[in-house]
Amino acid sequence: MATVPVRVATFEEPSASVHRLQALWVTMKRKPLGAVSAALLAVIVLTAIFAEVLAPYDPLETHPEIRLSAPSWAHPFGTDDIGRDVLSRIIYGSRISLWVGLLAVGIGTAAGMVIGLLCGYCEGRLDLIAQRFMDAIQAIPGLVLALAIVSVLKPSTTNAMLAIAIVIIPGNSRIVRGAVLTAKQNRYVEAAQALGCRHPRIITSHILPNVTAPILVIASIWLGNAILIEATLSFLGVGTQPPTPSWGLMLSSTGRAFMEQAPWLAIFPGLAISLAVLGFNLFGDTLRDAWDPKLRRQG
Amino acid sequence: MQKYVMRRLLLAVPVLLLSSLIVFSLMRVMPGDALIALMGESGNVGQKELAKLRKDLGLDRPYYEQYLLWLWQMVSLNPGDSIFTNEPIPVSLKKAIPVTVELATLAMIIGIAIAVPVGVLSATRQDKPSDYVGRVVAVSGLSIPDFWLGTLVITFAAIWVHWIPPIGYVSLWDSPWRNLQQFLLPAAVLGFRLSAATMRMTRSTVLETLREDYVRTAWAKGLAGRIVVYKHALKNALIPVVTIIGGQLGVLLAGTVVVEQIFALPGMGRLTVEAILYRDYPVVQTNVMLVAATLVTLNLLVDLTYAWLDPRIRYQ
Repeated sequence: MATVPVRVATFEEPSASVHRLQALWVTMKRKPLGAVSAALLAVIVLTAIFAEVLAPYDPLETHPEIRLSAPSWAHPFGTDDIGRDVLSRIIYGSRISLWVGLLAVGIGTAAGMVIGLLCGYCEGRLDLIAQRFMDAIQAIPGLVLALAIVSVLKPSTTNAMLAIAIVIIPGNSRIVRGAVLTAKQNRYVEAAQALGCRHPRIITSHILPNVTAPILVIASIWLGNAILIEATLSFLGVGTQPPTPSWGLMLSSTGRAFMEQAPWLAIFPGLAISLAVLGFNLFGDTLRDAWDPKLRRQG
Repeated sequence: MQKYVMRRLLLAVPVLLLSSLIVFSLMRVMPGDALIALMGESGNVGQKELAKLRKDLGLDRPYYEQYLLWLWQMVSLNPGDSIFTNEPIPVSLKKAIPVTVELATLAMIIGIAIAVPVGVLSATRQDKPSDYVGRVVAVSGLSIPDFWLGTLVITFAAIWVHWIPPIGYVSLWDSPWRNLQQFLLPAAVLGFRLSAATMRMTRSTVLETLREDYVRTAWAKGLAGRIVVYKHALKNALIPVVTIIGGQLGVLLAGTVVVEQIFALPGMGRLTVEAILYRDYPVVQTNVMLVAATLVTLNLLVDLTYAWLDPRIRYQ
C-alpha cells in the first residue's frame, strides 16, 4: 500500500504540467479574450525586450526646439516639455514596468510560498505566530505600506520593487498555506511520512507540485497589480526617479503639468499602463479558469 | 452575537499591536535615524543641535522605551507633534479626517450605485449587448489607474466644459454646493474603480442565484420579474458582494491617497504622502496605524452585516 501513492506522485509530475498547458489551451479556445490577453502580453514583453530596435529615438535625447509637439508622423505620440520623443519613452518605460513587476512578484511569491509551505506543513505555534504577523501586514493597505517602506528606503526603482514584494507576501502565503493544508490530507503524503521520508523531501517532492497551480495563478494576477503600484509610486514621486522613463513618472512629471496644452503627454502613458494591467488581469483570469477555478471567489 | 463581537475585538488587539510594531520598526530601519535623515542631509545642522533635537524627541532612548512611549501616546490620543511643521498631530488629523471620510463615503455610495444595478442588469441579460458593455466597464475599472482617470477627467472637464473644480477646500457645513462641486469628480473617479470588482461579483452571484429552485418557484408563481430579481434573488446574492465590498475597503483607503493628491483635497492621504516625502516619521507612523485600525474595525463591521443580510448566519 505504501509504494503505490509514491509511484502515483512520481508519475503525476510530468503529466500535470502537460495537462495544465492543455487546460490553458482549451480555456483560451473557449474564451477568446484569454487569447487576446496573451497576445497583448506578448506584444508588451517583446516591446520591452527589443526596445533598442523598436524605439525611433533615444528616450533621453532632448530637442528643445520641438518641445510639446503634437503627434505627427515623425513623433507619433508627440514630444514632451524638453523635446523628448514620447513613443520612445513609452517603449523604454515598458522595461521598467515589466522588470519591476516580474521581480517584485517573483520575490513576493517565492517568500510567500516558503512561509505558506512552512506554516501549512508545520502548523502549531510557527503557523500561529507567522499568520498573525501576516494579518498585521495585511491590516495596512498595500499602497500605504509600500509608501511607508519606500519612504524609509529612499525613493528608487529597486526600493519600489522591494516594497511591492513585501506587500505581496501575506496574501500569497495564505493561499499557499491553504493549498498545503489540503494537499497534506492526501494519502500519498501520509504514505511518504510512513515510509520515513524526510520533511524537506515531502515538502518539495510531494506537496510543492500540488500547490504550484494556485501559486502561478495568483502570481499572474499580482503582476498587473504590481505594475499598477509601481506606476502609482512613481506618479507620487517615490518610485522611479527622473530622467529614467517610467509610465507613472511620465504622467506625474509632464502629463499633469501640461495636460491642457499637450494632452497626449497624459493620454499615452496612461493608456500603456491600462493596457498592460488589463492584459495581466485578463490573462490571470484565464489561468485561474483553466487551472484553479476554486480561486475565483478568493481572487 | 455579543460574545462573537467581543472575541473579534480581542483578536484585533494582537493584530494591531503587531501592526504597530511593524510600523515602528520600519521607521527605525531608516539608515542613521529619522532626524539625521530629515535634517542631516542638508548639511546645515550641527552635531550639537542634532543631539539636542534627538533628546527632545526621545530618539536617544532605547528602542523599546520609544515604542512603549509611542504606544501610550497613541492610546491616549496624543501621538505628538509633526517634526516638520511642529503642529500637534491630532490637530492635523482633525482637519484631514473629515475630508477623507467624506470622500470615501461618497465614493463608496457611487461605487455601489454603479456596481449593483449594472451587475444585476448584466446577469439578467446574460450574453446580450448590455451584458458585454457592463463587463467591459468592469474590466476597465480594474485596469485603469485612478490617477490617470483623475488626470483625464480634470483635463477634459477643463478643455471641453471649461470647468475645473473649485480650488481651496470648503467644508460641507460651510458651503454644501461648493463642497459637492469639489468632491463629486474625485468621488466618481474613486467610485468607478471600486465598482469594478463589486460589479463582477454581483453579476456572477445573481447568475448563480437565478438558477436556484426557489427563484424558479417564484417565476412559476407568476411573480413580476422585478420582484423575483430584487426581492428574492438579490438579497441572497448580496452576501459575497458584501465580502467583496469589505475587501475593497483597503483599495478605497489607498485610493484616497492618490485621488486626494490629484484633486488637491487636504485629507489623510495627502497628509500621509506629504509626511512621507518630508520624512516626517511621527506623522507617517500615526497615520499608517490609524488606517490599519480603521481597516480592522471596518472589516469587523462588514462581517457583522452578514447576519443582517442572511439570518441563517449565526455567530458563535
